[in-house]
Amino acid sequence: MKPLTLRSLLIRCGILAAVLFVSVFIALKLGAVPVSLYGLGRDLIRVAMGYSSDLSTDYRLIVFDIRMPRILLAIFVGASLSVAGTSFQALLRNPLADPYVLGVSSGSAVGAILALIAAQHMDLPPLAAGLLTPFGAFVGGMATIAAVYYLGRREGQIESGTLLLAGIICVSFLSGIITFLLNTLSLRDRGGMSFWLLGELGTPLPSSLRWVLVIGFFAAAAAIYTTASDLNLLLSGEQEAMHLGVDIDRVRLVVYIGASVLTGLAVSVSGAIGFVGLLVPHIMRSIFGPDHRILLPTAALGGAIVLVLADALARTVVAPTEIPVGAVTAIVGAPLFIYVLRRRAA
Amino acid sequence: MSASTPNSPASSAAAHFAAAAVSAPANEVRLSVEQASYSYVPNPSQAPLFTLEATSFQARPGELVAILGPNASGKSTLLKLVSGALRPLSGRVLLNGFHTGNLDPRTRAQRIAVVQQESRLLFPSRVWEFVLQGRHAHGRSLRFESADDIIIARGALARVGAEHLLDRWMDQLSGGEKQRVILARALAQQPLLLLLDEPTLHLDVGAQMDFLEVLRRLAAQNHYTIVVVTHELNLAAEYADQVVLMQRGKVLRTGSAAVVMQREILEQVFQASLSVEIGASGRPRITVLSGTLGKQGTSR
Repeated sequence: MKPLTLRSLLIRCGILAAVLFVSVFIALKLGAVPVSLYGLGRDLIRVAMGYSSDLSTDYRLIVFDIRMPRILLAIFVGASLSVAGTSFQALLRNPLADPYVLGVSSGSAVGAILALIAAQHMDLPPLAAGLLTPFGAFVGGMATIAAVYYLGRREGQIESGTLLLAGIICVSFLSGIITFLLNTLSLRDRGGMSFWLLGELGTPLPSSLRWVLVIGFFAAAAAIYTTASDLNLLLSGEQEAMHLGVDIDRVRLVVYIGASVLTGLAVSVSGAIGFVGLLVPHIMRSIFGPDHRILLPTAALGGAIVLVLADALARTVVAPTEIPVGAVTAIVGAPLFIYVLRRRAA
Repeated sequence: MSASTPNSPASSAAAHFAAAAVSAPANEVRLSVEQASYSYVPNPSQAPLFTLEATSFQARPGELVAILGPNASGKSTLLKLVSGALRPLSGRVLLNGFHTGNLDPRTRAQRIAVVQQESRLLFPSRVWEFVLQGRHAHGRSLRFESADDIIIARGALARVGAEHLLDRWMDQLSGGEKQRVILARALAQQPLLLLLDEPTLHLDVGAQMDFLEVLRRLAAQNHYTIVVVTHELNLAAEYADQVVLMQRGKVLRTGSAAVVMQREILEQVFQASLSVEIGASGRPRITVLSGTLGKQGTSR
């Protein structure tokens, strides 16, 4: 009998943070332009000590102005999608729930595109224009999860298969809307079709969005973390959780809003990257167990690691061209989805 | 469980473990259901799907109440009213003077524990993790389990004779073992009132009797008030202090097993030909003689 302690939680998170650091190091090295490990280590130390002016302009451009922001973006997007997936799986009592499978990512993409279109017709200051896209993505994500939740219920109870079907239908419907919007409206702003449907991390992030992403991530993830113990009990079902003292309505509200904020933020800067929110919680659960007090932070770190490495792969596998990182996560994630589905059916 | 000195956290927790249930005088009314009624109305423009008519009974500390009746007689609805999961349309349900439906979820879970027909976990967990869930209502949301919580969880497992299962996985337990562990989680809540909805549904005869023995002992030794919904007439007759017999949303009779479980009324309620004898323990023993009375009637 070894209940979770703060010390063991911090140790495990520390180990994953170290793995994330190594992943970032590898991702900084990998790319179309070769960089030596020794040179990278030396230059990282120089930058850390404030001597960045000693680096050559080309080198600094490639490693610190192109690769580093992209890696930081992968960290936040991966962590956001993983935390959203973990909490959706517990709240909906469905191990196959994930922002992409449930259609929340597609809903966020539609919301973000509509916000971009609206922004073109409004004379907004840059900060408000920057905020409009993630806000549109959040509203789109919330509306989609509300629709999927409503469609997935039968006689007042969430029915696992119906919920997934509702998600799949929503993804198809919303993908059609995205295609329609992008084909009929000239969006000079970022993003072609693959950005919104498959997701990629190569689009430069407007500086006004960086702080929105960081603050939004920590606020939403912290709010979800306050429900970690409640989510543990929800694994036994809503009725049982209620009898054990869980305020179901509060938890549902916090998790739906929090997970929609995380998905909306991620989608507004990277498009709809699939299966990270499915894959990572399962890996972390198999390593650290189903306790959400440890699962949520380790899923955040694990999601960051997975997406940093997946993006490094997307950049290098057919270098000098790139494939969308969403294609990499889909190729790995879809077989895992089938594996989990079959294991549950067995 | 390890031995502990009188002033250690272990002993204080152990003392506290039973305090809530034991402290009440045995003759006071703990649970009072007073003319409580309920209707399931899916749509305000439609007639109710099911109505539970005004129902009353009382239970004292240490008392085991069995709610009996055929399917769709309102047993589970009555249990939900008692648990506070539903609020009565009229009348009231009081636990130590408080309306159960008005308690917030955390306070309610500190006073009322519910054992449902089955507990299906989404992801497997160990027995000790499962039992520690019973401590949720006694702490803040983000806390880590204290030494007291661990002692209370172990104590709860010991009370149901399942301490040896501590490190087993929940999905590897037999039906009887699992039901004991679920009961242990309910005890870890340190409730005044234990509610069980058909807890012996998936158990063999031996496991059913073992389980009811445990309940009987818990009621007698720890003064829990226990309400069990069951279809098992003989188990109710043997172990219940009070029987509430229901049919089509109405309570037909309440009282001791000998008073309630009489042949005519049981035959009428369950539509079966029965014999009722008084066993060696002085309690009724019911034997089902043939199928439903309706079918019997048509065959005659």
